[in-house]
Amino acid sequence: MARRALLTGWLFLLPAVVAYCLFVLYPLLTAVQYSFYKWNGIGASTWVGLYNYLQIFTDPTLLAPIGNALVLIIYFTIIPVVSGLILATLIRNMRQNAFSSAARTILFLPQIVPLVAAGIAWSWMYAQTGTINSILNTVGLGFLSRSWLADFGTALPAVGLIGSWVLTGLCTVLLLTGMGKIDPSLYEAARIDGAGWFRMFGAVTLPGVRQEIVVLVTITIISALSSFDIIYTTTKGGPGTTTLVPGISIFRLAFVQGQVGLASALGIVLLILVLAVVLPVQRIARERD
Amino acid sequence: MSTFIRAPRAVVLAAAAAVTLLALAGCAPGSSNASQGQSGSVSTALTTKKVTLKIQDETGFPVTSNLAAEFTKQHPNVKFKIVRDSFQNLLANSPRLMASADAPDLIRLSTLGSTVKDGLVTNLDPYFKAYGWDKFSAGQLASARMTTAGVRGEGSLWQFGLGYSVTGIYMNQKLADKVGITSVPATIDELEADLQKAKTAGVLPVQTGMQDGVGTFVLQALINQYGDKAKLIDWMFNKPGATFDTPASLKGATKFQDWATKGYLPTDVNAINYTTMVANFTAGQGLFMWDGNWDAANVQKALGKGGAQFFLMPPTTKGGKYVAMGAGNTFAIPSKSKNHDTTAYFLNWIATNSKARQIVVDITGASPGGDPAQKLPTVEKGSLIETALAMSASVGKDDGFTDFIANTTSGIYQGALQPDEQLLLTDKITPDAFTKAIQAFYEKDLAG
Repeated sequence: MARRALLTGWLFLLPAVVAYCLFVLYPLLTAVQYSFYKWNGIGASTWVGLYNYLQIFTDPTLLAPIGNALVLIIYFTIIPVVSGLILATLIRNMRQNAFSSAARTILFLPQIVPLVAAGIAWSWMYAQTGTINSILNTVGLGFLSRSWLADFGTALPAVGLIGSWVLTGLCTVLLLTGMGKIDPSLYEAARIDGAGWFRMFGAVTLPGVRQEIVVLVTITIISALSSFDIIYTTTKGGPGTTTLVPGISIFRLAFVQGQVGLASALGIVLLILVLAVVLPVQRIARERD
Repeated sequence: MSTFIRAPRAVVLAAAAAVTLLALAGCAPGSSNASQGQSGSVSTALTTKKVTLKIQDETGFPVTSNLAAEFTKQHPNVKFKIVRDSFQNLLANSPRLMASADAPDLIRLSTLGSTVKDGLVTNLDPYFKAYGWDKFSAGQLASARMTTAGVRGEGSLWQFGLGYSVTGIYMNQKLADKVGITSVPATIDELEADLQKAKTAGVLPVQTGMQDGVGTFVLQALINQYGDKAKLIDWMFNKPGATFDTPASLKGATKFQDWATKGYLPTDVNAINYTTMVANFTAGQGLFMWDGNWDAANVQKALGKGGAQFFLMPPTTKGGKYVAMGAGNTFAIPSKSKNHDTTAYFLNWIATNSKARQIVVDITGASPGGDPAQKLPTVEKGSLIETALAMSASVGKDDGFTDFIANTTSGIYQGALQPDEQLLLTDKITPDAFTKAIQAFYEKDLAG
């Protein structure tokens, strides 16, 4: 009987397993295979062993984008999660009315906008004659105005902040849901014990939403390291290579320069990097369970 | 959570096992037996059977639709199915499209890349002979030739141009009047004097951009005039030993940087792309714009007839030879096409049929190419398109056409020219470091 149940279980799993193997595992394995070849995607290929990997770790033009992606974690992960926590706490403390649900909806809206559209809209706002400089001029800070995406110093933070804008809503809504699950009696107990707002936030709210934070940190780090759309529509990696990220490099190597092998190797390195950053986060969550 | 942590180890092990298996089984990706798609004998008689030719073209380039309609009107048994995609997407996907089982019969192919080596395109030599294309301008066909070793400019013919472009400088007439410019500059020195005039009068001298590298037109226009263009062409055609690191490139890069430093270019040049550049110029921002004939109709429509002039990049000395970037809007017949002869007939018809030539000029504003002895299509008197055709003719007379340096290797535009010119224009690298960086990338890209 148990064996039969097991078989039924596998049968139920089968469609998902087939889809997973066909669309995730198989492409992943072929990418690993390609990464050991010099191949333009069409013609004959040559086995080059680990040469593509060697090239990635010795060529500064291939390493620099990885550094930029790591910097993007500040804007894609730290800023959205921290501001998400602040906003969620504020909304939660508001009385539930039309205003609070409107605030929630508005904060979540950027998540619905396609990233390409967001990138184009933001590049207009960042332009020399765009909204941001107009605002600066109006409030008397005209000396700060510049072409934000073309300036070597501000381009990376500027594209990073687009990521913050997109992801803050998601963080806020998810954290709000997490906070909704916290037992109100905990707050009451803390209040009776004389805890202030900050104390309650640290002792009740934060531990209460730890799982949500771990999930958010994980998915936002992945979107930082594998970013493509926003950069492609705003700066294409420029000025110079200040905003070049692995996603853009992989796309160019594979589809413009016809170096499918090297592109696959860079993709695998990116995959390992994502795992190396994300797995410790998972471990921290597990240890504190 | 524990399964999540253990998972990668299992994946790595499985992957390693799979890769080892694949390697041992000798199934390397790709195919080594490239077919040249050569049928040997070709026919110049149009088929009488019903056929549908599949054309893969880029968006915003409607001329193939008009040509197809006219061809079907003249030859009702030949119908067309045209699929379009953006230039960028097409560039990325064309090798795969040509290698697929239902490859198109005609494809917009701006750069040959490794398609010749991989046997994806049809050798047009037999048609060249059969149709007598030796009467066409050899210079215009040069960049469509490639040897089996991958050197362009010689060897067999692989591409065919539907119209040939010419680049030059647009001048906003209203702004020119405002700053006191009475005629278009005849030398680079005169051009620089005009730039300074505009700057002094508070008019932006040059409208250009470098976000996507479009300002490369300006850089190459300078390099073209500063040295022997044959050397630059050798480099663009990837002849062994050719280099970008020449006195002409250095002088051109130095001048380009100098113009940026003097404030002749927009302050946010690195944030402006091609679309923005054209939009800005046609909105009256900027005295000059380096661009091609393809925007002639656009500019005329926006600034009005007589509102702009279009002229060739002036030489260094008065009466010097004109040199201009120009290329065919090139198409190729994939080897896997099943209608080689019909498609070649269509191509020859485009270059020789008077109605087709008129369509090419009307829709693209480009010179129709073909036999120079053949009558040119009629165009509106005093239009910028008329000017562009005249410019094309004078460059042709001086044998001054060159390819675009952006087409030198598949990756050089986005991988080197665009980022390194951004550095050049903002004084982050010296002109000397710039030319060396471009050459270094070129060698790396060719080595694959």
